[in-house]
Amino acid sequence: MSLNANQLKHVAHLSRIAIDEAQVPAMLQDLNAILAFAEQLQDPRLDKLMPMAHPLDQTQPLRPDRVTERDERVVLQAGAPAVAQGLFLVPQVIES
Amino acid sequence: MSTHSRWEAVIGLEIHAQLATKSKIFSGAATTFGAEPNAQACAVDLGLPGVLPVLNAEAVHMAALFGLAIDAEVALESTFDRKNYFYPDLPKGYQISQLAQPIVNGGQVVITLGEGEAAEQKTVRVTRAHLEEDAGKSLHEVFAGMTGIDLNRAGTPLIEIVSEPDMRSAVEAVAYARKVHAIVQYLGICDGNMQEGSFRVDANVSVRPKGQISLGTRTEVKNVNSFRFLERAILFEIERQIELIEDGGTVQQQTRLYDPDKDETRMMRTKEAADDYRYFPDPDLLPVVIEPATLAIWRDSLPELPDAKARRYQSEYGLTPYDAAVLTSSKETAAYFEQTLAALADRLPDQVADAKLCANWVTGAIAAQLNKTGLAIGDSPVTAPSLALLLVRIVDNTLSNKLAREVFEAMWAGEGEPDAIIDARGLKQITDSSAIEALVDAILAENPDKVAEYRSGKDKLFGFFVGQAMKAAGGKANPQQLNEILQARLGPPGEQA
Repeated sequence: MSLNANQLKHVAHLSRIAIDEAQVPAMLQDLNAILAFAEQLQDPRLDKLMPMAHPLDQTQPLRPDRVTERDERVVLQAGAPAVAQGLFLVPQVIES
Repeated sequence: MSTHSRWEAVIGLEIHAQLATKSKIFSGAATTFGAEPNAQACAVDLGLPGVLPVLNAEAVHMAALFGLAIDAEVALESTFDRKNYFYPDLPKGYQISQLAQPIVNGGQVVITLGEGEAAEQKTVRVTRAHLEEDAGKSLHEVFAGMTGIDLNRAGTPLIEIVSEPDMRSAVEAVAYARKVHAIVQYLGICDGNMQEGSFRVDANVSVRPKGQISLGTRTEVKNVNSFRFLERAILFEIERQIELIEDGGTVQQQTRLYDPDKDETRMMRTKEAADDYRYFPDPDLLPVVIEPATLAIWRDSLPELPDAKARRYQSEYGLTPYDAAVLTSSKETAAYFEQTLAALADRLPDQVADAKLCANWVTGAIAAQLNKTGLAIGDSPVTAPSLALLLVRIVDNTLSNKLAREVFEAMWAGEGEPDAIIDARGLKQITDSSAIEALVDAILAENPDKVAEYRSGKDKLFGFFVGQAMKAAGGKANPQQLNEILQARLGPPGEQA
């Protein structure tokens, strides 16, 4: 498997990573090298194995349904670029 | 769709039900509705670096209860996946959901269609139901050029219930949504408040020529926060698609928002390649395992659900399938009916309480007033014990049905308990035979020509005499006694006295 330039730009867009057109050839080469390396995973015979959801042979611990967190809005919003009336403010994202 | 009888609609619903846990699905922050913005959003809900999700046991329990209630397979092992997309009300950049191994697989919901004798049942299949976290809320209209983000809702546990495309009309879709709504409330796993967004319905709608097997291109209709809007949104969307195709166009796969003010749907975004969620197993969460013994305990703990209750109402009380379905359509309605019946039995310990009478009043007068006023049955100004007091006066012949209606309306208007209203208005039914006989004799004496006509065969005049006597009695004569006495006095029609 290998990526072409359009697929690279699509993935970059989905990840909200801005890349220069000039970077594309080098990045393609790097990513395709990584994909070729990862392709080794296709070699082992896996058809008789159950798919594995997690490498640890453990199950999910559960927590009781209790409220343990206090209102720490002031602290948690200290690092936010813009805040008003208790809300985080971000550039308008409404879709037309 | 009467004008479009060559077309058939195909509808599937995705229902998001917020689970009624105290804390969030992966954090210990509270889930209470209506808190100050971001006062219930902790570091986990904000997706701050270094935090890890820890699954809420009660969310798993509630999702499993839903699966058991709809006769689905509850997965003994389920897993969580990340659904990746960027939006400011999703601070982690992904929603934790279940794709590959959801907690509930399959299942079915039985809906009742039509009314009275013509009512029939249909089974709608459920594809799956999975656990996931809710996103936050975006406020677009408060700040110029900026969007406000409230993350209180972020991390609230949801089950997304996905149906098969088994519904063929807006009416069927609403019946299914209402039934799911009833089930989650009977189970106590969701408060069902649609205005607050606790129960949200998205409809996938397509049309195809009748007889065609393959499905048409579908649109997804979002933003319906009541059953009435759900019906109207689907009706609009069906008509829109049919007109589009008949005018030579094609339906585009897209998400559409319903606008209740304009009663129309409009395009929100086209799907195509926009939805590329790059799901993968969430490495922060291990497989969730439910022991078979635990599942058995949960199964035994299920409350009586609408269908079982409706069957019991039919076998135990002799109610019709339709009445039973209406009375069990919500937990509150069933509770109101049962409280009325119990109160009636208390008042009349030496006879079997008349369940049919209770059912008629709850599905009739009460339902009509609730409909008219838009009130929920829990807020009815006539409480179940008060209604029972009124029914006692029907059973003991103090009131005819007509007088009972008058008393009921006074009760609804807040004039007090039935006995006080009967006294204040002098509504007591006349059951004294000699008094009714006197009334009848007076009417017959006043109308000798009508009596002669009746006796010569004009039997329709019987109604005239009933009307005159009832008028003279101020509407209070016992109708059955009045009929009997009139018949005895007049003799069979066509017979000369």
